[in-house]
Amino acid sequence: MEQKSTQDYLKAVYNLSRNGDLVSNTAISQKLDVAPASVTEKLKKLSEEGYVKYSPYHGSTLTEKGQIEAKRVTRKHRLLETFLSDVLHIGKDKVHSEACQMEHALSDEAEESLCRMLKHPDTCSDDGKTIPACDLPFSTCEDCMKLHSQGLEEVGKRKENLVALSELKDRQSGKIQFIRGGHTVLQRLLDMGLTPGTKITLIKAAPFEGPIEVSVRGSKLAIGRGIASKVFVESTPKEKA
Amino acid sequence: MLSSQKNKNPSEKNSKHLTFALAGNANVGKSVIFNNLTGSNQIIGNWPGKTVDRAEGTLSFEGNEITVIDLPGIYSFSTFSMEEMVSRDYIALEKPDAVINVVDASVLERNLFFTLQLIEMQTPMVLCLNQIDVAKSKGMIIDKDKLQEALGIPVVFATATRGEGIYDLVKEAVKVATHKPKGKHLKYGKELEEKIQQLKQVIEKENLGLQYPSRWLAIKLLEGDSEITKLAAQKSKMVIEQTRLLAADLQNSCQEPCFSIIASERYALASQIAASALQQSEIWTTFSDKLEWLTTHRVLGYVTSIGVIAGLLLWTFFVGNALSGVISGLLGQIQPVDPALSTDQPLLAIIVNGVWGGLNAGLTLIVPFVIPFYLLLAVIEDSGILTRVAFMMDSAMHKIGLHGKALIPIILGYGCSVPAIQACKIMETRREQLLAAFAITFAPCSARTLVLFGMVGLFVGIHWALLLYVVDVVIIFALGKIAMKVVPGKSTGLIMEMSSFRMPSAKVVLKQTWARTKSIIYIVFPIYMVGSALIQALYVLNVLTPISDALSPLTVMWLGLPAAAGVLLILGTIRKEFVIVGAVALLGTSNLLVGFSPVQLIVMALVAMLYIPCISTIAIMGKQFGWKATSVITAANIAVALLVGGLAFRLLSLFA
Repeated sequence: MEQKSTQDYLKAVYNLSRNGDLVSNTAISQKLDVAPASVTEKLKKLSEEGYVKYSPYHGSTLTEKGQIEAKRVTRKHRLLETFLSDVLHIGKDKVHSEACQMEHALSDEAEESLCRMLKHPDTCSDDGKTIPACDLPFSTCEDCMKLHSQGLEEVGKRKENLVALSELKDRQSGKIQFIRGGHTVLQRLLDMGLTPGTKITLIKAAPFEGPIEVSVRGSKLAIGRGIASKVFVESTPKEKA
Repeated sequence: MLSSQKNKNPSEKNSKHLTFALAGNANVGKSVIFNNLTGSNQIIGNWPGKTVDRAEGTLSFEGNEITVIDLPGIYSFSTFSMEEMVSRDYIALEKPDAVINVVDASVLERNLFFTLQLIEMQTPMVLCLNQIDVAKSKGMIIDKDKLQEALGIPVVFATATRGEGIYDLVKEAVKVATHKPKGKHLKYGKELEEKIQQLKQVIEKENLGLQYPSRWLAIKLLEGDSEITKLAAQKSKMVIEQTRLLAADLQNSCQEPCFSIIASERYALASQIAASALQQSEIWTTFSDKLEWLTTHRVLGYVTSIGVIAGLLLWTFFVGNALSGVISGLLGQIQPVDPALSTDQPLLAIIVNGVWGGLNAGLTLIVPFVIPFYLLLAVIEDSGILTRVAFMMDSAMHKIGLHGKALIPIILGYGCSVPAIQACKIMETRREQLLAAFAITFAPCSARTLVLFGMVGLFVGIHWALLLYVVDVVIIFALGKIAMKVVPGKSTGLIMEMSSFRMPSAKVVLKQTWARTKSIIYIVFPIYMVGSALIQALYVLNVLTPISDALSPLTVMWLGLPAAAGVLLILGTIRKEFVIVGAVALLGTSNLLVGFSPVQLIVMALVAMLYIPCISTIAIMGKQFGWKATSVITAANIAVALLVGGLAFRLLSLFA
């Protein structure tokens, strides 16, 4: 049971934190329906293990290690939700709790296959939330499908620090790896200079899931949160302001 | 200055007619240069997408008659938007004698991406590095010679807002237009370049007979451009087949879609050229950085956003009110209308009461409010704050199926609905354009603001007028939510360039204000006078009563207004101010309380604000969206106005 609750905590902090904000213990205890005292205790433990940065009375944020783990579980969870509702036609009320159970047992390999089978969905068909990208070294999902159909078993090592552009913190930079989305959006982003390999810096994010402001090739752009969550970047350490 | 050069060089006999096109990214100053060249009054401002249709003007320069075309701002020649299509076809097919590529010097790399595409089209061109002053203030020094050499086209520095560099620009453009120098061949990476060459040879062999240069065709085919592919497919199967093979090859070796590879290559070249010509020195936090912090702060950003809109209205009311008092004082105690005349001398009544009444109402109620409004609107437009407001309000706009950029046309709608509806073209899909236009028909334009301030603000109280504004915002939001459900389709996300802040230039602001005010004085004043005379004529001829009576079930029974309101509302469809001008004409005094109770004034203003867009707005909507959509929107306007007006009357009567 230990493993399960660690992942649940990480997932909770991941979902509650917007743009690197501190998440309060109260919020976590409400989300997980756990007594505040146990939250404090668990967070201390996670902090020792290097998953979260916890400062008493202020709140916690995920470390890079924690972020990767949280995203992996969230990705499995949302892929499973999509699978349960689209393929198995399980009722909306049960999808979430089923996925919560299954996510911990799903191997990374099974997750990859599930993603391909579902034709690499961008968002969860259950609640429309963004499915975090896998971090396989492909620039597009089509390549992943194609190479796999050619019987290529070994697809290479995962890149550990791939995040969505929308997940960068203020003033943090990253190198664009790949962009997902329809041809039109992709072309517009390319035209504005967001080509793979380009350095991009998040200047700030508007509240209420608003757009983010980024600096790329000397120009400043506002990009909606939905689009920004489909641009995947290799994050570089936070620059000093 | 430019036209005075006309006769300076009489020895040059071969006077020619030339055509120049201004092309470049959005918000780089094309329209400023256009105005500088032609003396026109194209609307300029500091947000991307002002020029929606191409504008034309003329210029005389050293014996040449030059037609200048201002193309809408675009970032690329892919065919995802109408603007890109129109600009591309114009340059490729109508072949202007020279293209002036206006570039924002402070964002060189991104701008060069478009420049490279123009060079690919092999059009004679000049690069105008505009906003050199801004680039300097950002610590950028650009080496003109290096840039010239790298691109193989002449480069001119300019600061168009101050008119600097414009003369040199035209001189270079004329030189290019007359000599038509052959452009440099810019090469991409080896792999891509090979494929382009191979395809180019096939295209040349197959002789497609298209008006585009063959290298450009090859690039576009590899990019998978749907328009060009369609054109080529009609001429040669072979070309399409080859394109498929080469594109598949390229895609396989780079593991990326072809159009992405080409964009990357083009940007790599742009980046390399920019880096070779650009020297960037350290800079400190500037004043505009602080402004930026303030306007997009997670709390203060909302305060400034709302402050911009509310400030515009309050300023208009208070300054307008003061001006109105001064003008009324100057006009003396002349009665606008002498009711006695109507019965004694009908013809004189029409002229004196009608024409003079219309002029008087225009001078005391319209002009004082319009001038301060346009003045501040120009300052806001020019400062660059509009893109920040769009940034902050994006998530709210998503609730009504739009994104933040839609707020720009809606705010412009506070000035006049007609340009606002044209500006809806900055939205990406027809659905979003339609939703934004729908919202604009309810947004109070300056004419509706006048009715609001003139009827409610002056005679009931400013807080009531402002309350009506809030009610209006709520109505827009609620209806937007319904419209979003009714109009099928998905919403797109926001991708918008943030304009940098700049100190609004007094010259630009005053010019803009005058251009807008002028149209009121030249076009609208005569209409006021004629319209007002018409009301008098109808009054004298005794036809007002039957019209009013016919409408009275609605106006009197449902809305609780005086019977005359029906005629006023009909006239108001020509221009909304007629509701006020007409009321003055009918009452014979500019004190509206003589004929209306405070509740009636509020209901009247509310209905006038919502009930139907004026004729010009209906016309522009019909042109842009077709008559079906326009009639639906208009019907919705009327239904909402009657519903809200009737409810307001009943609610307010409880307290009155």
